[in-house]
Amino acid sequence: MTVLEVRDVHLSFAGVKAIDGVSFDVAEGELFAVIGPNGAGKTSIFNVISGVYRPQRGSVVFQGEDLTDLKPHRRAERGIARTFQNVELFSGLTVLDNLMLGRHQHTRYGPLAAMAWLGRARSAEVRARAAVEEIIDFLELQQWRRQLVGLLPYGVQKRVELGRALAMEPRLLLLDEPVAGMNLEETEDMARFILDIRQELGVAMILVEHDMGLVMDLADRILAVDFGVRLALDVPERIRDHPEVVKAYLGETS
Amino acid sequence: MTRPLLYTSYKQDTALLDTRAKRLSVLVLLVAAAFVPLQVADDLLQLLAVGMVASIGAIGLNIVSGYAGQISLGHAFFLAIGAYTGAALSGDPDGKVLGFGVDFLPVWVLASGLVAAVAGVIVAPLATRLRGLYLAVVTLGLVFLGAHILKEWDALSGGPGVGRPAAVPALFGIRLDEPGTFTKEQKMFWLMLVLLVVFAVLARNLVRSRVGRAFVAVRDRDLAASAIGIDVGRTKLLAFAVSSFYAGVAGSLLYTVAGYMDPESFGLAMSIQYIAMVQIGGIATISGSIMGAMALTLLPRLTRELPAVLPFISTDTQEFPNVYQVDTALYGVLIIAFLIFEPRGMYGLWNRQRAYWKAWPFSY
Repeated sequence: MTVLEVRDVHLSFAGVKAIDGVSFDVAEGELFAVIGPNGAGKTSIFNVISGVYRPQRGSVVFQGEDLTDLKPHRRAERGIARTFQNVELFSGLTVLDNLMLGRHQHTRYGPLAAMAWLGRARSAEVRARAAVEEIIDFLELQQWRRQLVGLLPYGVQKRVELGRALAMEPRLLLLDEPVAGMNLEETEDMARFILDIRQELGVAMILVEHDMGLVMDLADRILAVDFGVRLALDVPERIRDHPEVVKAYLGETS
Repeated sequence: MTRPLLYTSYKQDTALLDTRAKRLSVLVLLVAAAFVPLQVADDLLQLLAVGMVASIGAIGLNIVSGYAGQISLGHAFFLAIGAYTGAALSGDPDGKVLGFGVDFLPVWVLASGLVAAVAGVIVAPLATRLRGLYLAVVTLGLVFLGAHILKEWDALSGGPGVGRPAAVPALFGIRLDEPGTFTKEQKMFWLMLVLLVVFAVLARNLVRSRVGRAFVAVRDRDLAASAIGIDVGRTKLLAFAVSSFYAGVAGSLLYTVAGYMDPESFGLAMSIQYIAMVQIGGIATISGSIMGAMALTLLPRLTRELPAVLPFISTDTQEFPNVYQVDTALYGVLIIAFLIFEPRGMYGLWNRQRAYWKAWPFSY
């Protein structure tokens, strides 16, 4: 079953082509990776899927529904969660509150119910808290629960951001460079979490990453892009030796 | 009481007063406040009552600017809407200015809040297009717009320099602004105390709920907020609506103690005063809003006592230095001092003291 279909997307900024006719699809439970040199358009693809950018041409179809005209928060409601390349946490809030924010769309009550804080709002909060505690256990964040995220080490912040995305109970998880800037131990932890998410939750994931070892080990299929153009889409073994991909990364041998 | 004290449910863990110490201190504070009118002179009571009303207004500003991060210089505009809605609704139908004679307090207080909230909803779309300083400048325009309307609409405001009677507070046929068994000031103090407690608890509940978290999310990172499913535009709208509701309520009550209001009071100075309350009290805290509002309302009263301690300060406006100059200067000094030394305001000071005494006599 296909979860996401990206069809012939074109995106340009004032004449500069960021994405030039890229198409791919992601199957249910698949771990799909997007690779490419800096500026190849990987993050732009993410921004088109999550709705930050609107492509000039092409469409994004998620579970059979065309999302192209929907705003980011509407896409989040349909089950697309993402993390950001540069951690985008709410730095003035605790780990707990950041994760509770991930539950925003699953905690349904209005401002008046919130002010009264009686039955409905309180029980919804308690349920959200229970769900958040499961994620805290899953990602081993217990010791930082009540700390402000702005003060946490970078690797932990990345993990909190992953937790916030998981709290949304997504159908599709977009991970933008989840191990960028991490040391070896943190990278291994993150790889383990990604595999756990896949095994236990069965969520489809799209991974943008520069760490080739990690991508080759984890991904089911890899899309290679350069200058906004699709170079190859294949299983890791074949991407490794693909002449176009090698050329894009290492330059041409003459 | 058995020890250790452990929370065994999330309900306990998320309670507003989650420790015995908090429950006790709030109870003591409330009981003490309730007995204040029996002990304190009427002129000070009046000031305290005004301070409590200002606290409601400051909580409103803190919701939109402190929590949701939308800097508004237009708070005086919403206070004015509340003040004139309340005054017109409850005013004497046969008086010189507009009045409908509905003097039942809950009715005109709620109506004032709602009318101001509607104005807030109309203004809010600006905040989805503008941010930071630009929004501040546009909301500043509201104050001048309001001032102009009040100046021209004599039938409502009585005109500048003349003014009109403020809202008439009555509960079940009892006029609260006329002396009876208790003085007018005592009754007003109790009324404002009850209203402040109610509105403060409602606000505190709001900011710890999903709605309050969404406010902070929009303030801190609106891109990430929309990525987790928060409708940024709608959240800003809600913040403006709630904030203006509080401003409307506070505005309608602000001059009921004095009994009379001049349209020129609702100027830029009033907006600045509320920003100072929020900043000195503590940004994005409800208790800080109350501390800031009380401190700034009582400040002039404190400086009046200065000549007794420092004889070179005069009470005569013709002499230098006089208490009024000290007042203005102190106001500015306080704002600057808090910005530099304790940006978290009086709430921050309190928090630091609490942390120190919790660990005392150890430093960590």
